[in-house]
Amino acid sequence: MVFIIVIYGLLKKIDLYEAFVEGSKEAFKMGFTIFPNLLAMILSVNVLINSGFLKWFVSLFISNLKLPIELISLIVTKPISGSASLALLNTIYNKYGVDSFFSLLASAIQGCTDTTFYVIALYYGSIGIKKTRYALATSLFGDFVGILTSIILCYMLFG
Amino acid sequence: MVNKLWTYFLLLGIVYGLITGHSLNINETILNSAKDSLEVFIQIFPVIALWLGIMNIATLSGLLDKLAKVLSKVLHPLFPEVPKNHRCLGYMSSNIIANMFGLGSAATPFGLKAMSSLQELNENKKVASRSMLTFTMINTSAITIIPTTLIALRMMYKSLDPTKTVLVTLISTVVATIACIILDKILARRS
Repeated sequence: MVFIIVIYGLLKKIDLYEAFVEGSKEAFKMGFTIFPNLLAMILSVNVLINSGFLKWFVSLFISNLKLPIELISLIVTKPISGSASLALLNTIYNKYGVDSFFSLLASAIQGCTDTTFYVIALYYGSIGIKKTRYALATSLFGDFVGILTSIILCYMLFG
Repeated sequence: MVNKLWTYFLLLGIVYGLITGHSLNINETILNSAKDSLEVFIQIFPVIALWLGIMNIATLSGLLDKLAKVLSKVLHPLFPEVPKNHRCLGYMSSNIIANMFGLGSAATPFGLKAMSSLQELNENKKVASRSMLTFTMINTSAITIIPTTLIALRMMYKSLDPTKTVLVTLISTVVATIACIILDKILARRS
């Protein structure tokens, strides 16, 4: 991708170095608005996870579903924290073996969802939008549909 | 909504921590969060600076406008408020393409650029425009062809078949995106 862009720029005879530096400069302006949003999100998500609330919340579902606790935690954690869900995925691989059914299911779930809260907070925060209307609701709906589809597919293909 | 959730997360965490006697833990978490977020920031900042630089070459050379022109036919029905061939269509397509290949960190700067360019078209600067809602929705349900990070992790664990779940991921992200687009169209008509 980088190669194509640079070659195209070369063919169009623009000042590549100048253009690159000008573009990079914008990162500082962006950084100023991104950092406070990042800090705020990480603060509240960490407090929620470390207080043990999430574990308790997840344990509510266990009796009704035939899925291991780590997998439910993964589903609940993925939309709010990328690093926490990656850590959970590592735990699942270690515990059940990377090629086991639960690991495959966990991989599929990890692949089909995004860190929704983080994206919404960052994207809207960076341009100073106060009212995000139905952004979070629709995105979480998308995650839900994605997770459901991958669970069904996993049972059909690997189960 | 983010505002409310943020407060709830924080309060729920603190109250639950106090009840179960994890209050020391909570204090530590709050203090460490500042350090953690700086670490995350240090990780993503260079990537953002790098891609914004490369992106600027693509913008000035006209490559971005070309991409916007090609993809505007596909994206236009989704973003009826955005003028045809507008630059933000180029940013949005770059973001979507980076997401398709699982390059989350490269997708973020394109996404931020797309948002600021959509903000220029936005009439009320405090309220999210329809195009923004559609864009973040497509972004979070992100159609993924190659989940790079995931495959790398599975390889690290010496999986016999690291790409086994790729098809599942592709299908479920496509289904999620279609479901989101339908929901978006319904909601947009009502409001």
